[in-house]
Amino acid sequence: MAGIIGYGVFIPRFRIKVEEIARVWGKDAARVSSGLGIKEKAVAAFDEDSATIAVEASRNAIESSGVNPDDIGAVFVGSESKPYAVKPTATIVGDAVGASPVMTAADFEFACKAGTTGIQTCMGMVDSGMIKVGLAVGSDTAQGRPNDALEFSAGSGGAAFLIGNDKPIALIEDTYSFTTDTPDFWRRQHAEFPRHAGRFTAEPAYFRHVLSAAEGLLKKIGKKANDFDHVVFHQPNGKFPQAAAKKLGVDAEKIKTGLLTPMIGNTYSGAAMVGLAAVLDVAKPNDEVLVVSYGSGAGSDAFSIKVTKEIEKKRSKPSVQELVAEKEYIDYALYVKHRQKLKALGD
Amino acid sequence: MRDALPLIWRKIPERYTLLGSHCNNCKTDYFPQRTICPHCRSKGKLVDKQMPREGKVYSFTEVHSGPAGFQHETPYFLAIIELPNKVKVLSQLVDSSKDKVKVGAPVKMVFRRIFADGAEGVIAYGFKFKVVN
Ligand SMILES: [Zn+2]
Repeated sequence: MAGIIGYGVFIPRFRIKVEEIARVWGKDAARVSSGLGIKEKAVAAFDEDSATIAVEASRNAIESSGVNPDDIGAVFVGSESKPYAVKPTATIVGDAVGASPVMTAADFEFACKAGTTGIQTCMGMVDSGMIKVGLAVGSDTAQGRPNDALEFSAGSGGAAFLIGNDKPIALIEDTYSFTTDTPDFWRRQHAEFPRHAGRFTAEPAYFRHVLSAAEGLLKKIGKKANDFDHVVFHQPNGKFPQAAAKKLGVDAEKIKTGLLTPMIGNTYSGAAMVGLAAVLDVAKPNDEVLVVSYGSGAGSDAFSIKVTKEIEKKRSKPSVQELVAEKEYIDYALYVKHRQKLKALGD
Repeated sequence: MRDALPLIWRKIPERYTLLGSHCNNCKTDYFPQRTICPHCRSKGKLVDKQMPREGKVYSFTEVHSGPAGFQHETPYFLAIIELPNKVKVLSQLVDSSKDKVKVGAPVKMVFRRIFADGAEGVIAYGFKFKVVN
């Protein structure tokens, strides 16, 4: 199967602490923070959106890997916070990275897993010989309604993966998906903020799909979850991945590297992909990585990945940890200004 | 910003990738693009060339009263960036704390929203610069 030949990440610089959001709404900060397993979240500035994040992550992927943009035959951007309701983000990325015009492109939407579905699509196109290299991006400036539980966790960020056959830094050994019609989280046309089904989002939604995809993949390839060196789950908060690891018998230590939500919030389409990037930043050749994404609505894509010795030459710059460390705290007032939640302000 | 669409579309190569011009006769780089080399005139031979994406602050100012479309972004830094090929580019500086914005500070290009043609119009994207350590 096709492999990963490059990757890049982008996380906006602004951070707001869960404590600051709790202060505004009169909630017990320590309780909210420990309940969600989130300390702070990344916030896109007024001039950032899922397209600018997708471009930055894609440029980091291309520059770090040395892939020729002319070789990119497909660009797929997964997001649920598109700057345009109608008009692709993928064409903005294609032009900005120099992959245009001889390429196919589209935006994917499947809540938090559209980016990993983009990876699967690129794998199929590479393996069938349709394209040489595919670019799959997951990018979001996740929106939470003020004073909604999601406001504490909805972060901003994204990751880009180049899929191809030429000197892969990691082989994708197999992939397996589990998908059903489960309305746990949605945003209707013209609605500004998504709605969610509260506790319903846990057992029948996140855990059923993540565990079923993981178990399906493991059965297919004849492995146990704890055989892997690193495990990355979709991370809507800091707690769900820990519970998923426990249920699959994965040592708690193995999910630490790929668990970023406590420091940047849930980056939605970017979440599992940023986690995988953080693992690739430190992985050794022959390390094996299990990645399971989750998108509400609902589905999970599971991947069994094996790192090659090419990783030493093509680790992405800046690293995920460098991006996490570069931060500037803002208060709730500036957060409201940057996320343009002041309707009276106008254009 | 009405009727901004043709301009926004035409400027995509310039704004997205810092695409400028190079004269093959006198070896000078230009940004934004030129149709005639001012040195060589009819002898000039202009070709497309990507400008370097890193440079340094040549001069800067802090804007406290922005023009229409930028009035809510104040205060912000507007800088002239000098690229290694001596080309100078006017750009907003973002993600740069006040104490780091200095003449000579190293900067790199980033991709941001420049403006939107109203709430329902197209969004112009393009380069800005940020100070790097
Ligand atoms: Zn000339």
